[in-house]
Amino acid sequence: MILDLLITPFAANGFMVNALMAGILVSIACGIVGTFVVLRGLAFIGDALAHGVLPGVAIAILFGLPGMLGAAAGALAMIFGIGFIIRRSNLSSDTAIGLLFVGMLALGVAIVSRSHAFSGDLVRILFGEILGIRTGEIIGQLITTILIGVVASICYRPFLLLCFSPEQAEVSGFPPRRYHAIMLGMIAMTVVVSFRTVGTLLVFGMLLAPAASAALFSRKITTMILTASCIGAISVYTGLLASYHLNLAAGASITLMASTIFFLLLIVKHLFGRRAQ
Amino acid sequence: MKQMVSIHMPPHGGLAVAAKHLAVGYGGEAVMSDIDFNLEGGKVLALVGSNGSGKTTLLKTIAGLLPPISGSIEVLGGAPLAKPSHVAYMGQFHPSSFMLPLRAIDVVRMARFASHGLLGRMTDKDGHAVSEAMARMGISDLAKEPLNTLSGGQRQRVFLAQAFAREADLILLDEPAANLDAPARDTYRRLVRELANAGRSVIVATHDIDEAADYDWTMLLAHRVVACGHVDEILTPETLLATFGIAGKYKEGRVIIVEREHGHEGCGEHQESPSTDPPHRHAHEHTHPQS
Repeated sequence: MILDLLITPFAANGFMVNALMAGILVSIACGIVGTFVVLRGLAFIGDALAHGVLPGVAIAILFGLPGMLGAAAGALAMIFGIGFIIRRSNLSSDTAIGLLFVGMLALGVAIVSRSHAFSGDLVRILFGEILGIRTGEIIGQLITTILIGVVASICYRPFLLLCFSPEQAEVSGFPPRRYHAIMLGMIAMTVVVSFRTVGTLLVFGMLLAPAASAALFSRKITTMILTASCIGAISVYTGLLASYHLNLAAGASITLMASTIFFLLLIVKHLFGRRAQ
Repeated sequence: MKQMVSIHMPPHGGLAVAAKHLAVGYGGEAVMSDIDFNLEGGKVLALVGSNGSGKTTLLKTIAGLLPPISGSIEVLGGAPLAKPSHVAYMGQFHPSSFMLPLRAIDVVRMARFASHGLLGRMTDKDGHAVSEAMARMGISDLAKEPLNTLSGGQRQRVFLAQAFAREADLILLDEPAANLDAPARDTYRRLVRELANAGRSVIVATHDIDEAADYDWTMLLAHRVVACGHVDEILTPETLLATFGIAGKYKEGRVIIVEREHGHEGCGEHQESPSTDPPHRHAHEHTHPQS
């Protein structure tokens, strides 16, 4: 009975296995990148990147190009746009990010609204299509996740210094701008490969919720990355199960699980945290 | 009043810092100009002034965090930032760094990254430098404690241990004694003295006149260089008045605040007391971040 509930959905359905694999890969990428997003306070820019890819994807579909190409272009436009506004005006970065975020989102929706054929696509872009993931896409995701892992291990020292203090990174011989740009690139990469799975609207949740949960209990950054990845994977598994049994949208139920876990852990920490420390 | 003194340079020693007609500031605008000084190896220089006097700006320029507005600055015979593993810098910290999942020892270990770049392997020498610095600052038993469970004073000792663990030739410290209790302050000052005796140079930004009196050279700052030179010649009633808006006397290792000039711009509250008893007399300031 329990086996039926927990295992059979995956044993009996190939698409569920694919979804689980894709989801776990997203969890690992988001665990690594999300940890630095949380520690550096880059949540807003992560959010903006996640939504900024929408017009890119929409334009790509309009011209019959791969959605991922459009997503990458959208993310790049976002990063350069934010940098440009910050350099050319005296506005703070959150204003620059907010402006572009809203503009890009509106542009995306405007493009989508032009075409009636798009209505289904919009839902797919925003909420993902984890149950329709193909093997080829999983391989692409695997490669990207490995790439993110490799970049994160190479840049571990400057990333750690950046989290601690950008000044300390600079005086230690690691130019903060360079490593900040690499970090943004990693966020963009994660968003681009994950949007097919959980959608642009929800990838942000996967980026933030598991890492924030891990931050509640971690004493080391490496532990935080591992914990975040595991919490992400658990959210994917339980989310897919809930989606299967209760007939919920898969991407949404995964993200819902991730944020529920955060709030549960927050309560646990509040109740027992002082004793544990 | 401009009383520039080029700090004496022995013929054999290399210069730790050489500033010529240096102007420092932010975004192309000078906060202070006409700064000329040389600091030789093995000496300690105190930058003394109230908040906003420009001492942090000068320290950051020496560290290479700010480009000079004009003039030139050489650090250990080259451009600032040219030798990251030979220069340690301890800035004033933001509260956000306290929420990081880091243990005290992880913070001190970061000091050694400058010697190894991205992937260079850490060696026993690094481990030794880290544990030595932590032992000297009296925080060996806190090594495994998360940073966010430490008190303000303990954190400050962790940050100081980080600066010392680099084993740098030039050590730049911004308000290092902030949050330290009296024993920790004595430990830190003794360490600074020992480092200087071992031939390393230290520059300390402070508003503690008593601390400055402990070192070799003093530069008094108040949006300009009020005075610069050997500590005995510099800490005079006139220069203190020009720097803090207080008239004080430096006598027998104590600063005696004689009177206070009211309405002095950029000057915080002072504690006035006729007694010379407390060993650490400050010109008290509000602790908002410096420009």
